[in-house]
Amino acid sequence: MTVRERRVRRIIVAVFAVGVACVALRSGAHAQVTFDRLLNAAKEPQNWLTYSGDYNGRRFSPLDQINVATAHGLSAKWVYQTGATGKLETSPLVADGILYATAQDDRAFALDARTGRPIWMFQHQLPGDIRPCCGRVNRGLAILDDKVFLGTLDAHVIALDTKTGNVIWDVVAADYRTGYSFTVAPLAVKNLLVIGVSGGEYGVRGFIDAYDAATGARKWRFYTVPGPGEPGHDTWEGDSWKIGGAPAWNTGTYDPVTNQIFWPTGNPSPSNRGEGRAGDNLYSNSLLALNADSGKMNWYFQFTKHDEHDWDATQVPVMIDSGSKHLIAQANRNGYFYVIDRSTGKLISANAYGKTTWSDGKDSEGRPLAKKEASPTLAGHTVCPGALGTTNFMAPAFNPQTALFYVTARDQCDIFSTAPQPYEAGHAYYGSAYFPSEEAEPYRGFLKAIDPATGEIKWKFEHTSPTWSGVLATAGGLVFTGDAEGNFIALDAVTGKTLWHFQMGGAVYAPPMAFAVDGKEYVAIAAGSALYTFGLP
Amino acid sequence: MPFPPDGSNRRTSCSTRRFLVALIVLLLGLNAGFAADERNPFANDPKAAKAGEYEFRINCALCHGLGAHGGGRGPDLTRAQKKHAHSDAELFQVISNGIPGTVMPANGTNGQGVGMTDEEVWQIITYIRSVEVKAPAKPVGNAAHGKELFYGDANCSLCHMVEGKGGRVGPELTAVGGSRTREAIIDSVRNPSRRLAWGLTEPTKEFPQEYETIMVVTADGKQIKGVALNEDNFSVQIMDTSEQIYSLDKDKLRSFQKTRESMMPQYNSDTLSDKDLDDIVAYLTSVGAK
Repeated sequence: MTVRERRVRRIIVAVFAVGVACVALRSGAHAQVTFDRLLNAAKEPQNWLTYSGDYNGRRFSPLDQINVATAHGLSAKWVYQTGATGKLETSPLVADGILYATAQDDRAFALDARTGRPIWMFQHQLPGDIRPCCGRVNRGLAILDDKVFLGTLDAHVIALDTKTGNVIWDVVAADYRTGYSFTVAPLAVKNLLVIGVSGGEYGVRGFIDAYDAATGARKWRFYTVPGPGEPGHDTWEGDSWKIGGAPAWNTGTYDPVTNQIFWPTGNPSPSNRGEGRAGDNLYSNSLLALNADSGKMNWYFQFTKHDEHDWDATQVPVMIDSGSKHLIAQANRNGYFYVIDRSTGKLISANAYGKTTWSDGKDSEGRPLAKKEASPTLAGHTVCPGALGTTNFMAPAFNPQTALFYVTARDQCDIFSTAPQPYEAGHAYYGSAYFPSEEAEPYRGFLKAIDPATGEIKWKFEHTSPTWSGVLATAGGLVFTGDAEGNFIALDAVTGKTLWHFQMGGAVYAPPMAFAVDGKEYVAIAAGSALYTFGLP
Repeated sequence: MPFPPDGSNRRTSCSTRRFLVALIVLLLGLNAGFAADERNPFANDPKAAKAGEYEFRINCALCHGLGAHGGGRGPDLTRAQKKHAHSDAELFQVISNGIPGTVMPANGTNGQGVGMTDEEVWQIITYIRSVEVKAPAKPVGNAAHGKELFYGDANCSLCHMVEGKGGRVGPELTAVGGSRTREAIIDSVRNPSRRLAWGLTEPTKEFPQEYETIMVVTADGKQIKGVALNEDNFSVQIMDTSEQIYSLDKDKLRSFQKTRESMMPQYNSDTLSDKDLDDIVAYLTSVGAK
């Protein structure tokens, strides 16, 4: 090789090295999860970038390597122990080979999605006197650019660096001592971080907030209980609006075409006693359509007016397009499956999908109305569904290929009995008690496949006992769910037949999700105190 | 001398330590004194009892029943004689910390409700005191004869264990007399299928067992009948009357049948007279009160 040849070769090597460096840099830059990537999440099925997988709320994975023919070969790939106790409700995110999830007591962590090995771990320091109503839970993170976002049990919103877990900003949304907290997985939209508050058992005044994702500055707040002079304020008796509840503790969805956020709200406070808050109690138990930039409300639909049974309408609203119709569907805690025109907020249909006794008629719009006799009494009487609802926080799924909506359902009736309590800031504020009737049938739990076009239940799979697991649908023709006995189960999406199961040794309170690394598909779900990941050999 | 010699230093530090230990012991003693003297600030206050009744409904009635008479899971709290707590201070501890080894949770840990404040706990105790039956009904039945029947002619011990003696197919009954009303026990004997041990958590298990009856035919034609020890969608664990435990995969069975018809025979007044049943209840109550 001549000197000249050597020189040329050196130049070629150098150019190649620079090229490699550029590629590396580009892929480094690519690790930023931009809003554009969130909008086009369907184009990168290997990732799971929002609570429900994309902005539609469908919890549907386009991955199909694990399918009806191969599901029998699934096996555990890795398990991550959180070290936490209590209910693990997290739904992980995956971006470019890194899995981000949360655990009880406001833990957050990043794992190598291929091996389960931790990359960073974070735990927010909580004060000793927090008062979360229903366990020290968290349902997951949001991701945007180089940050993941955590809402905490003491009502902070925290941005963490995706690569290190370092705190970038930490803002206080409300005073936890008066009952405010966050358990929800936030939603990143444009440059905003949208989050809804919990605290319907403490007489909070509910709100949905949007923060500048870069700085933590609050850009808008929508109070779910209107103040004096605002439309809907007259649906509250006296000063009851001040402690009216209507929290917003589950993740909504986003329609980029109309720039609207659809966010569901929870029960009015006190949750089981209507006395003292006469009226419809807007916007409790409603679906709200908010302008993403301003937080201004375009329309609302109230599912349960003047609720006295703790039937939060906080279930994930799922956007479904059927021909030229732009719909939004919700399997509601009150036992009815609602389909709404998402352009106008007009109800299209409402059909019972579980055991209900509270309604015997509908209004002119087709909305089920409560019987007077369904109200709690001092002696107590039985109403179905019970206070836990036909469904609850467990995430549903919609598969556009089967056009079926999959939801965890429970048949349980409770005795509702009034128990008046004075309001005291930061104290439990139910106003009623509920408990199972001693003569009642044992509770029954199901996974139900609903045809949104008709409300018809196409198939149902009965669990041994009711479960709190969410549901995942995949393009592999599968539905995944967990059960209270600790099983993770794959079912045929068309028939409901079980194809595979694995005993995880702990009850499930979380929804499954799917992702891929190096071209290999995985499904993940939290059970007991651990996060499990499954794949094919 | 800039520094005391080592020995002197050590002695000083030793006596300091002794002083500190004495101080801590004294403080602990005082603290224990305070705890023992801890009094219900609302004792006998009817307004607090009313507030406590509502708190009780919200936090306790799920297991202990409306009116504190005991439900499917929790003991009757209207009895003056309680198993785990006597003084108000002890009741406060039980409500705050739960009872290990039982389904009684610590305040705020049942995952559904919110934790009660100290004030609310005291109100509940005031309510419980207000509904206690001060003069317990005269004991009915002859416990000694009840014991004979339990282990003899009534055949209870073929399936039920009390204080380590007896069978294993049915629920263990050592504590039942302390946690269930007389009426509930009588009803369970006269109508065993009316309500199975609904969601009962045995002290030795961490999951509820309901004692449903399972009947299966295995792939090779063997018939097995027993109580469910546990079950999920894919497998079932059964104990038959000879106390044999089976683990079976549901998809490999020829047939699987589960009923809420108890395996316990229904004792009517011909097979067990009211008087004999009273004696058995008296026996269980005497054991349960220990």
